[in-house]
Amino acid sequence: MIHKKQNKSNVNAAFHDIDFKTAFILGDGYTKLSAIIFGLGNLFHKQIFRGLLMLSLEIVYIYYMISFGLEAIKNFITLGTNVQEEVFNETKQIYEYITGDNSMLCLLYGVITVFITLSFFLLLITSVKSAYETQNSVEQGKLVSSFKDDLNSLFEKNLHKTLLFLPSMGILCFTIIPLVFMILIAFTSYDKNHQPPGNLFDWIGLDNFIAMFQKNGVLANTFWPVLGWTIIWAIFATFTCYILGMLLAILINRKGTRLKIFWRFLFIMSIAVPQFVSLLTMKTIFNTNGPVNAILRIIGILGPTESIPFFTDPTLAKVMIICINIWIGVPFTMLTTTGILQNIPKDLYEAAKMDGANTFVTFFKITLPYMLFITTPTLITAFVGNINNFNVIYLLSGGGPESLEYYYAGKTDLLVTWLYKLTITNKDYNIGAVIGIIVFIILAALSLLTYRHTGSYKDEEAFQ
Amino acid sequence: MKRKTRSMKTKQFIANSIVHVFLSVLGFVWVLPVFFVILTSFREEGGAYKSYIIPRGYTLNNYKKLFEQTSSLNYSRWFINTLFVAICTCLLSAFFVLSIAYVMSRLRFKLRKRLLNVAMILGMFPGFMSMIAVYYILKGFGFLEAGPLKLVALIMVYSGGAGLVFYVAKGFFDTIPKTIDEAAFIDGATKWDVFLKITIPLSKPIIVITLLQSFMGPWVDYIFAKVILGQDRKYYTIAIGLWSMLEKEFIEYYYTQFFAGCVLISIPIAIIFLVTQRFYVEGVSGAVKG
Repeated sequence: MIHKKQNKSNVNAAFHDIDFKTAFILGDGYTKLSAIIFGLGNLFHKQIFRGLLMLSLEIVYIYYMISFGLEAIKNFITLGTNVQEEVFNETKQIYEYITGDNSMLCLLYGVITVFITLSFFLLLITSVKSAYETQNSVEQGKLVSSFKDDLNSLFEKNLHKTLLFLPSMGILCFTIIPLVFMILIAFTSYDKNHQPPGNLFDWIGLDNFIAMFQKNGVLANTFWPVLGWTIIWAIFATFTCYILGMLLAILINRKGTRLKIFWRFLFIMSIAVPQFVSLLTMKTIFNTNGPVNAILRIIGILGPTESIPFFTDPTLAKVMIICINIWIGVPFTMLTTTGILQNIPKDLYEAAKMDGANTFVTFFKITLPYMLFITTPTLITAFVGNINNFNVIYLLSGGGPESLEYYYAGKTDLLVTWLYKLTITNKDYNIGAVIGIIVFIILAALSLLTYRHTGSYKDEEAFQ
Repeated sequence: MKRKTRSMKTKQFIANSIVHVFLSVLGFVWVLPVFFVILTSFREEGGAYKSYIIPRGYTLNNYKKLFEQTSSLNYSRWFINTLFVAICTCLLSAFFVLSIAYVMSRLRFKLRKRLLNVAMILGMFPGFMSMIAVYYILKGFGFLEAGPLKLVALIMVYSGGAGLVFYVAKGFFDTIPKTIDEAAFIDGATKWDVFLKITIPLSKPIIVITLLQSFMGPWVDYIFAKVILGQDRKYYTIAIGLWSMLEKEFIEYYYTQFFAGCVLISIPIAIIFLVTQRFYVEGVSGAVKG
C-alpha cells in the first residue's frame, strides 16, 4: 500500500463537494493515472465492474476516434474539399459521377464527434473523482462500495441520474445537437446555390449577419418590415385576446346573467374543434369565392364578379388574421380567467360600491390589476407563443400576399413563417438559421427580463 | 323611495337585456363556423365553393366515401397511422415528462437550478429551427427510406423533445406535501420506492392529463409531419391528409369529404379536451399561485 501524506482537513469532505482539480491534486498515483487509464484507481481497489466499465468506454472512444472521428474533425474544419465531378468513362462510353464530399454530412458528423469528445472529457473527470473517492474510503478504513451498492444508489442517492438519463438523451439528440448544428449553419454559405452533394459550402464567418443588417440590402429590406409586423402581431394578438376574453368572462360571470353554463359551453365548443380544422374552415369561408363573398354578391353589395380581397390585400389580410385569432383565442382566455375572477375577494367590490365607484372604475381599479398580478406569467407565455405562432399565419394566409420587394416573404409573414419558407421551400438554410438565432435572442431577452421576477419562479417551494 | 327602486329595477332590466342580446350575437358568431363545418359535411351537392351556406340536400355519403374510396386518398389508413403514432408518442413522452418533472420537483442535487435554466432557454428556440437538422440526422441514419420507418421517426421527433415541457407536471408535484415523503423515508423506503409507491399513485390527475395531451399532439400537428412524411401519401397522418384534400387537384371532388373528415376527427379531440380542460385551467391558475 502506498503511503502518501494525507491531507487530514479534506478527508471528511463529502464526495460530491470535491471538484476535479482537488481530486487530481490530492489523489495518489493511481488516482492521477486514472486520468489517462480510466478506471485504474477503481480497478486497483477491487471495484472491478466500475473500473472495467470506464476502461471499456475509453477504449471504444479511442477506437471511434482512430477509425472515424479524426477524419470527421478534419472535415468539420474544412467542410469538405472534393467537389462532385462528372467524368467521362471511356470503357462504358457514359458520364459517371465521382462522389465528392458532402459538406452537410461533414458538418453533422463533426458536431456529433465534438459531442462524443465532450462526453469523453466528462468520463475523464468522473474517472478521477471516482478513483479519489475510493482512495479516500480505503484510507479511512471504510468499506469500498461494491458494484451492487453502486446499482442500489441509482435508486436512492443517484435517483435523479437514473430518471434523467433517457429523457435527457432524447433532448440531446432531438433538440440540442440539432440546435448547435443549425447555429453553426448560420456561419456558413449553405444556401440554394451551395447544395450538397453537388456543391460544397464553406465557413464564411459573420457574412450572413452582415447581409441581414446591411442598409438597403434586399435581406434588410425584408427583415425590418417582417420584424415590425411580428411585433405588432404579437402585441395585438396577445392583448386583444386577453382583454376581450376577460370582458367576456366578466359578462358571463356578472350577477344578472342567466344560463351561465350554457354561454360558457357555447364558447368552449369552438376551442374543442382542433385548431387546424377551424383555421382551414375560416380560410375557405373568407376565400375569394367562399360563402362570405358569395352572399355579399347575392345581396347586391358586391357586383357579380367583385370580391372582397380578404387575404390578398396586405392591410385587410393583417386585420383579418388578427380578427380570426380573436375568434380562436378569446374562448381560451375566458376559460382560464373565469376561475380566477371567482377568486377575487368579494369585499373589495363591496368596499368600492360603498365609495360609490361605478362598473368602469371597479374594472380598472380592482379587476384588471388583480388579473394582471395573477396572470403575468401566462401573458408572457402567450406573447412568446404568438411571436412563434406558425399555425395561424401559415394556415390562414400562408404569409401572402407575396411582395416583390421582399426576399421570399409575403406581407403577413412572421419571422418564423419566413424562416420556414427560407428553409423548406427555398433551401437558404444559412439565412434561416440567422433568423432563428435572432428570434431566440428577442425571446430570451424578453423572458429572462420578466420571468425571473414572477413569484412562481422565486418561491417554487412555497406550497411544499 | 319606491320610485327610486323602480327606476333601478328598470335600469337593471335594460342592462341585463343588453348583455343577453350581446352574448347571443357573440355566441352566434362563435358557433356559426362550427355549424358551417357540420352542415357542409352532410351536403349532398359536390363541388367546392357554393354561394349559400345551408345545403340544398343532405346525405351521409361523404362519410361513407371517406372509408370506401381508398384509391388516392385513404382516410382510414391515415387514421390508423395517426393512432399508432399517437399511442407510442403519448406513452414515451408521458414517461419523459413525468420523470423530469419529478426529479426537478422532489430531488435536490448539484446541477438542478442550472438544468432548470437550460430547459427554459432551450424552450425559447423556435421548434422547427432544429427541424432541418433533425431531418438530416434521421435521413443520415436511414429512417426516411421506407414508409413505416418514417412513422417511427415521427414518434421519435414528437417524444424526443417532450421532456422540456415539464412545468405543469412539476407544478403539480410541488403541491404534494413533503412530509409524506419524509414519513416514508423514516420507515426505510428508498427514493425510488417513494416515487413508485407514493408520488405516482397520488398524481393520477396529472398523469392522465400528460397522457392525453401528448396523445392529442400528433392529431393536430401539421409542420413536423409534413417535413418528415413529404409526399408519401400512404403514411400521412390525419392533419396533413386533410390538408392535402384542399390542394388544387383534389378540392373540387373532396371538399365536402374534407369537412366530414374534420367532424369525425373533432369528436374524439373535443371529448378529450372537455375532459382535460378542468386540469388545464388548474394548471394555469395553479402554477402562478405564488
